[in-house]
Amino acid sequence: MRALTWHGKHDVRVDTVPDPEIINPRDAIIKITSTAICGSDLHLYDGYIPTMQAGDILGHEFMGEVVETGPKSTLKKGQRVVVPFVIACGSCYHCSKQQYSGCDNGNPADNQDIAQELWGQVAPGLFGYSHMTGGYPGGQAEYVRVPFSDVGPIVIPDGVDDDKVLFLSDILPTGWMAAENADIEDGDIVAVWGCGPVGLFAIQSALLMGAHRVIAIDHFPHRLSLAKGLGAEVLNFEETDIYDALMTMTGGIGPDAVIDSVGLESHGLFVDNIVDQIKASTFLGTDRPHALRQAIVACRKGGRVSVPGVYGGMIDKFPFGALMEKGLTLKTGQTHVQRYLPALLTAIMEDKIDTTFMISDRMALEDAQKGYKKFHDEQNVCTKVVLKPDWAKGA
Amino acid sequence: MAEPELPGDIVRDDAPAFTSKDRDERGGAAPNGESSVSGVAVTINRPASELYAYWRDFGNLATFMLNVEAIEVKDHDRSHWTVAGPNGSYEWDAIVTEDVPDTRIGWRAEHGDVPNSGWVSFTEAAPGRGTVVTAMIAYSPPAGIVGKLVAKVTQKEPAIQARRDLRRFKQLMETGEIATTTPPNREPKS
Repeated sequence: MRALTWHGKHDVRVDTVPDPEIINPRDAIIKITSTAICGSDLHLYDGYIPTMQAGDILGHEFMGEVVETGPKSTLKKGQRVVVPFVIACGSCYHCSKQQYSGCDNGNPADNQDIAQELWGQVAPGLFGYSHMTGGYPGGQAEYVRVPFSDVGPIVIPDGVDDDKVLFLSDILPTGWMAAENADIEDGDIVAVWGCGPVGLFAIQSALLMGAHRVIAIDHFPHRLSLAKGLGAEVLNFEETDIYDALMTMTGGIGPDAVIDSVGLESHGLFVDNIVDQIKASTFLGTDRPHALRQAIVACRKGGRVSVPGVYGGMIDKFPFGALMEKGLTLKTGQTHVQRYLPALLTAIMEDKIDTTFMISDRMALEDAQKGYKKFHDEQNVCTKVVLKPDWAKGA
Repeated sequence: MAEPELPGDIVRDDAPAFTSKDRDERGGAAPNGESSVSGVAVTINRPASELYAYWRDFGNLATFMLNVEAIEVKDHDRSHWTVAGPNGSYEWDAIVTEDVPDTRIGWRAEHGDVPNSGWVSFTEAAPGRGTVVTAMIAYSPPAGIVGKLVAKVTQKEPAIQARRDLRRFKQLMETGEIATTTPPNREPKS
């Protein structure tokens, strides 16, 4: 089959690779109909994530048709499904608490040592996201093997377009959980750093959860316009002093909740960020948490800090004093996708949530290399790339 | 071990001896004077009786112990093990030295290439959380400290393997399968 494979920093290619096969009883094989490039794929593209191997198939936002099932799968051939990016067993303690991204059993045992050393406990299995999270081939491909197919995939009714439901795989529940982690109360002002797909869905979710106002922060005019279209007030950090603006716009109080949907590759010309970039590029080993620092300092006393943005390593100059002295609550984590799927699918079916507005580019899987470059280089206008395996190259 | 200054001072904390920073105390956990001691625990969301029963049938162990090439069960308390090591296969007989149903199994190697012994215990966890399975392994590497290093580099060091084997045991008992990306007819990639 054809698949998008990783070969190094800024080097991805569409190659011919072996078809996946059923390995375990609960597996299913899905024929992909739509698959997206995620902002977190750019962390792989930029070479920030360790334990990648040349030839790894990327992609963790995908959906398609069931074409083969193991004896313990509950799926049926021909069903259309969206597959969560987290591979969760459904039967360990964490899964029983619906903390699916804490699943103990999705990651092969030999791949768990790195995360255990780095983070203290084993990491879950993820599709197409390095070997420390399992080395599972991803879904930017014609076919994919889905382990624990009786737990993860959600069946999509006929007649619902792929574009409406594809983002159930990751970014829609991720934005939703980001807003849920902000514990929004009546009258709250929520500030969201980053108007990428997760930030935009966090804005949409925060408003649905009753936020009084949402203030969105980015530096890309088009992304800010999408945020405004959802009902947010917007701030451009290249033009405005964000702390001063937030304090003024919240009457000197600070936002009740802050959401960092930027993560470890925070941009911008700030002294702390430049120092972080030098350290990261010389392997002194830090993530670049400029947005998170700013969010914590801006947040009101007793407020909530929600972090859906991806971090993997260490942070220098973390304003822990501000967190403690102001009594902030910090919530974060990889998304417990499976927990949110039924309710979010219903909301989509009832037209309460639209996800199609952020798709800027649709192209053939064969053109995926071009898609990565565009998503990476043209972040203002290229907000989301959806790849179609059955489209002809250049379509 | 700390010297008590005041009556009632804690001279020994509640941690298992195999986690001690004191080499002598750690070594003291080796039942037969083996040179290397390590332990690991995992919580498995299944009843102790089920986990004990699966483990006590030693023929099952090769299912999740990756370096075990063969286990031949000879009688109720004796089995012959063939295990892959850094320089080929190693063999020994394992004798059950302790057997408390649903609770604990201990063993010791005899007539073997690698002196080793150990135990596995099954303890009820907090309500609703299943069973804590703890394993202790003591062994003397065939070529001493160098052998242990070689084993570590080749990922065939018993402590590393024990940790991974227990994760696979947990996967098998909780999910009915062992997580992998490798089809059975292909060589592992990583």
